[in-house]
Amino acid sequence: MAGVNTAPTSPGIRAQDRDSFGPSTVREEVILQVKDLRTYFTTRWGTVKAVDGVSFDLRKGETLGIVGESGSGKSVTSLSVMRLVPSPPGHIVGGQVILDGVDLLQLSESEMSKVRGDKVSMILQDPMTALNPVFNVENQVGEAIRIHQGLRGKGLLDKIIDALRKVRIPAPETRIKDYPHQLSGGMRQRVVGAIGISCEPLVLIADEPTTSLDVTIQAAYLRLLKEIQAETGLAIIFITHDFGIVAKMCDRVAVMYAGKIVEFGDVRQIFNHPTHPYTEALLSSVPKLEEKTDRLYAIAGQPPALYNLPPGCSFAPRCPYVADRCKEEYPPMFSSEERHVTACWNWDKVGKAQ
Amino acid sequence: MTTSTARRPKVIKGMEHLAVPKDEILLKATGVKKYFPVSRGFSLFGGKANLKAVDDVSFEIRAGETFGLVGESGCGKTTTAKMVLNLDKPTAGDITFEGKTVLKMDSAVRQNFRTNVQAVFQDPWSSLNPRMRVRSIVGEPMEIATTMTKQQITARVGELLTEVGLNPYQANLYPHEFSGGQRQRIGIARALALSPKLVVLDEPVSALDVSIRAQIMNLLVDLQKQHGLAYLLIAHNLATVRYMCHRVGVMYLGKIVEMGDTDPLFDDPLHPYTRALISAALPSHPDIKREEIILPGEVPSPINPPSGCTFNPRCPVKIGAVCEEMKPVLAEEKSRHRVSCHLYEKSKKAAEDVAKAAAAAPAVPSTNGAKQA
Repeated sequence: MAGVNTAPTSPGIRAQDRDSFGPSTVREEVILQVKDLRTYFTTRWGTVKAVDGVSFDLRKGETLGIVGESGSGKSVTSLSVMRLVPSPPGHIVGGQVILDGVDLLQLSESEMSKVRGDKVSMILQDPMTALNPVFNVENQVGEAIRIHQGLRGKGLLDKIIDALRKVRIPAPETRIKDYPHQLSGGMRQRVVGAIGISCEPLVLIADEPTTSLDVTIQAAYLRLLKEIQAETGLAIIFITHDFGIVAKMCDRVAVMYAGKIVEFGDVRQIFNHPTHPYTEALLSSVPKLEEKTDRLYAIAGQPPALYNLPPGCSFAPRCPYVADRCKEEYPPMFSSEERHVTACWNWDKVGKAQ
Repeated sequence: MTTSTARRPKVIKGMEHLAVPKDEILLKATGVKKYFPVSRGFSLFGGKANLKAVDDVSFEIRAGETFGLVGESGCGKTTTAKMVLNLDKPTAGDITFEGKTVLKMDSAVRQNFRTNVQAVFQDPWSSLNPRMRVRSIVGEPMEIATTMTKQQITARVGELLTEVGLNPYQANLYPHEFSGGQRQRIGIARALALSPKLVVLDEPVSALDVSIRAQIMNLLVDLQKQHGLAYLLIAHNLATVRYMCHRVGVMYLGKIVEMGDTDPLFDDPLHPYTRALISAALPSHPDIKREEIILPGEVPSPINPPSGCTFNPRCPVKIGAVCEEMKPVLAEEKSRHRVSCHLYEKSKKAAEDVAKAAAAAPAVPSTNGAKQA
């Protein structure tokens, strides 16, 4: 559509080549495998199945997006992979998380803390709470390196400066003495990123890392993550509610609803022909900068309470394609095309005009 | 629910999905400034400086129109909204509502203003009093501003709740019994209680889940059509602004740098900052490849903004010394499309005129240039 993406830039505007921003160089080697993960919370209203049978795999150098609304279980999935679910009330009651051939759920707590921050690390949403206000940058970036690699003195310092340089913090030699309050939001999030990649992890989990950042700062940060990925072959799990970030960053997408993955496929498959009604609705309910519709597609109703899920498909009460069977039986995963699966009885009707 | 339609949306061009605004100007802001005094360092003497949150902003909102203000955090859009709501007094400049200034109002004018200008806030969790029932929350404006009886108010609350897609019986519930989207509906019902003419929407959907946002945006568009409401929409999400607004102003560091009708502004942005902002917006499909303009550095401090054009240190198309020395002036470059940038002849000429006028009247103190216009 005529508009922003095709508008010629006037003479003089320097635009960077987007080719470096294309799909990641995905290798076939699977680095992380999550099988039938179940994380339940015990509450006074009953058992909340926050993550209920989630399975996915992640390949080297790949970016996987996990999309969903609040309460869909996307953050609990990532916390379960890190084994950071607050317990009580939360318990990982079943499944496997196989990282580099080792099932993380079978490790002891002390073995797990050797893995956490070293082989798998995390970037959280709010850089102000992720950083400790009373320690300077050097301390916080150095902590993981000191613990996992046993470096001290000059070696440690070099490694810290190296990590800060990787996240493009200008003049890292002077910045390392700064405290979080002396940094801007974008810089703080870069420091959090530096902590995440300081030990060269295999997998980086980014849980809404840019929601608290401004648009232009967000663009720079996303580009940075892509560049780091291209340099290191890092596999990234991107937790987000924003399909824009998915479109820009991800190779494959898992859409979650009420604790389950309802659709899983390559990013173009998901955007071009979604086969789950929830994905379809989410994609068409977001206003687009490039194209205008006479009305926004609105999903009726609210996401369900997780302690009181309807029998059958959890999306059935809000679904425009609902049939009797949906209310009784949870659908299995259907494969609509190669590498594209969906949990919907009526997947072949989705997207066809109503 | 009245606002959710399963109908497939049609792709359109132009503004046909929005109400048609009237010509009558409802609210007008002229040269509005808001400076907050801040003390610098620990010096006992002097050391005072001004944080220029809003610096010489002018715009108008017509009846039935949605005017959007976009910009990044700290650009002054919320401060502008507060001044429009008369919650903050401008340091300089004037705001008029229906032709009367809001800076000095007698009680009758104030009553009229308070009735006709309402607000919906960003966070539906903190904008409703948790100890009040929905009936009191939505009914309170009527208790205060009208002579309606209790029965009349109860009936009207029921009507309002139905109108925003809730059930009248829900008037007996407390805010915690609602989800985020429903709470935002309650906030909208409260804003509509006195049948206002202008509603200030400060990030009305950014705290809501994606599937709920569409419901609320559709509701706001519908209400505008039914009641001829004017909206001042403050948002940072460009797609939201493009969908909801008739006209848009782009703010950077306390100034409106570009203003115009929504479609021309988004299709052919003039100001380098607007271009960068649009280029940084997330795509709606993986195959959409925008040329990204990465701005160097971060937004400078509004306490000591750069001289000349405040965007010059980050501008990718800076011409030269003129950008550092002369303040650009917002001028109409194309029909109804104003930009403040020396790249454009009219803006440049307007800036030169201002500079000449200032040179001709040398007695003006150069501290803040408040009297230049």
